[in-house]
Amino acid sequence: MATLSLSDVNKRYDNGAHAVRGVDMEIADGEFIVFVGPSGCGKSTLLRMVAGLEAITEGEIAIDGRRINDVSPSECDVAMVFQNYALYPHMTVYRNMAYGLSNRKVPKTEIESIVRQAAATLRIEEFLDRKPHQLSGGQRQRVAMGRAIVRNPKVFLFDEPLSNLDAKLRVQMRIEIKRLQRSIGVTSIYVTHDQIEAMTLADRLAVISDGRIEQMGTPIELYETPATTFVASFIGSPAMNFLPARVADDGGSITLDEGPVLPIPAGALAAHAGRALTLGVRPEHLGEEGDDDPVASLEVELIEQLGADTLIYGRLAEGGEDLTVRLQGVRTLSPGDTLPIRAPWRHLHLFDAESGARISLG
Amino acid sequence: MKRVQYEHSIVPYLFIAPQIIIIAVFFIWPAGQAMHQSFLLEDAFGLSSQFVWFRNYEDMVWSEPWLQSAIFTVMFSALVTFLSLALALLLAVRANEVLRGARSYKTMLMWAYAVAPPVAGLMGNLMFNPLIGDLYKGLNWAGWDFNHNIDAFDATFVIVLISVWKQVSVNFIFFLSGLQAIPNSVMEAATLDCRSAEKRFWTITFPLLAPTTFFLLVINITYAFFETFGIIDTTTQGAPGGATNTLVYKVYADGFLGADLGGSSAQSVILMIMVLTLTVFQFRFIERRVHY
Ligand SMILES: Nc1ncnc2c1ncn2[C@@H]1O[C@H](COP(=O)(O)OP(=O)(O)OP(=O)(O)O)[C@@H](O)[C@H]1O
Ligand SMILES: [Mg+2]
Repeated sequence: MATLSLSDVNKRYDNGAHAVRGVDMEIADGEFIVFVGPSGCGKSTLLRMVAGLEAITEGEIAIDGRRINDVSPSECDVAMVFQNYALYPHMTVYRNMAYGLSNRKVPKTEIESIVRQAAATLRIEEFLDRKPHQLSGGQRQRVAMGRAIVRNPKVFLFDEPLSNLDAKLRVQMRIEIKRLQRSIGVTSIYVTHDQIEAMTLADRLAVISDGRIEQMGTPIELYETPATTFVASFIGSPAMNFLPARVADDGGSITLDEGPVLPIPAGALAAHAGRALTLGVRPEHLGEEGDDDPVASLEVELIEQLGADTLIYGRLAEGGEDLTVRLQGVRTLSPGDTLPIRAPWRHLHLFDAESGARISLG
Repeated sequence: MKRVQYEHSIVPYLFIAPQIIIIAVFFIWPAGQAMHQSFLLEDAFGLSSQFVWFRNYEDMVWSEPWLQSAIFTVMFSALVTFLSLALALLLAVRANEVLRGARSYKTMLMWAYAVAPPVAGLMGNLMFNPLIGDLYKGLNWAGWDFNHNIDAFDATFVIVLISVWKQVSVNFIFFLSGLQAIPNSVMEAATLDCRSAEKRFWTITFPLLAPTTFFLLVINITYAFFETFGIIDTTTQGAPGGATNTLVYKVYADGFLGADLGGSSAQSVILMIMVLTLTVFQFRFIERRVHY
């Protein structure tokens, strides 16, 4: 049980790569934090700095208020689950799990009961005498988690622990990880670039880009009010549609470049008259049937039937912008059809055309 | 049940024929000759020989020089193997800490590997030359009354030193690749689990290196037994008084220099049996335990 705080953390590698740039973060006791971001953005580096495996170039990391910058990794009481499991290949599953405890001089009988209990929780009791190479990927993953939980650490760290598993097992393990974390209530940080994993596991989500935190908040906050176009495109699947647009000079409507004109509530954009925008709309909001009138029509090019949903790819009849639309249920459409598009005001996201920052309308 | 039948063809035999011929001509035939010779006693001029059953063997095993040489060989091999493995491991671990991925150093560190044993011997000879050898002068200057031409201990010191120096680089390279083959994340997991670096080494690194170590053990024992011949021949030549005769060198000395073909053959047959036993032992009992 612990709180974790990062203040102005920086990492520069010897080769000059500035992998983490000024990260500030407060993590409450028992919180499940997920780091997402594209490959190479510095997620692993940040995680490894918390683990003490990577030196902190600047800034401070504290667990329970105790600065851990210069504390040896085994002493800051964190446990880590690695992407490739990193089990000790020459030890049995039992010894893999017991190793950390016996190094901490925990009595043998106590180790035995802790390991057996963890093995029962993770349903790996029958493998205790096997070596890692005699296990399947999912079983190894469980052992790796077992090795982490027996230590009863203050902080759990996961670096893409599920990325080597097949899709079905991934969903199953994801649920197990969530349940496990709930039941033992350990403060956790989880790195992934799978946004479904990120959305489902996180209490709070940190979207990282180029070594910086773009936005941090609950999954729903990030979904509903993304702070930048980067976050908006990263959270939600399929990704949000972006269209270049401009607020009309009288502030009364939004005009898509060579396209349709979207009416807006009177006065909503009065302060932004004439401003160049990037307009964002999620695919699932474009086809919603409601009281709003259609504002444009889509020429259908490609259809993906997912069963529960139908994804429609096409271009605007007016202006020719590419759009993705997501409709609920099975739809009988074929390429060449046209689909009315609605863009309800409450679902529009406006970003500054230059900086990509969200334009908040107070 | 029908089994897959391949057409009998002579072609595969042709493919392995060169190898078989080489083994037959250079190994099986000489070995057979040696075995045959070992049962013969030749007269002093090599004109006639007599079949004497195991007399050559009896003479050999009970002879003082052979026993002395056998004991020396075992001790020498153990010492050379242990020292060159231990030293190489130490260097490799240290090097591994600083050169994750830097290849240029590796080449620099392994150059001694390319030196042939007789050349190593000659270089050693030069360094221990009483007139111009720096090491010879240095040791004497440091207060050690050093003379490998008359003192058995000093002579042993010289050949052990040269043999180890020559072999360390090979072992180093294998240990270093062994260390680099250990996944980084495994070592990191160990860092989180175990505070003491020394304990980590003995509980994680060393066991994970076991296959490499076993392989090197076999290589090094073979080296110490056989390949050090070149070093001994160019430095001590068994002197003083046969004190640095390894069994292999003694086979050569007795057979070619002493012209006792029967006795020398018997020695080589015994040597063959020893090596065979050692190999079987290594593979039966040790190998099974080192692979995880
Ligand atoms: N040991 C290192 N030495 C130098 N640069 C490094 C090192 N490790 C990572 N980097 C660089 O730091 C940046 C961040 O790397 P990091 O591994 O944290 O990315 P990541 O977000 O975990 O990516 P991925 O999703 O692919 O795992 C990258 O640009 C990478 O090239
Ligand atoms: Mg990573």
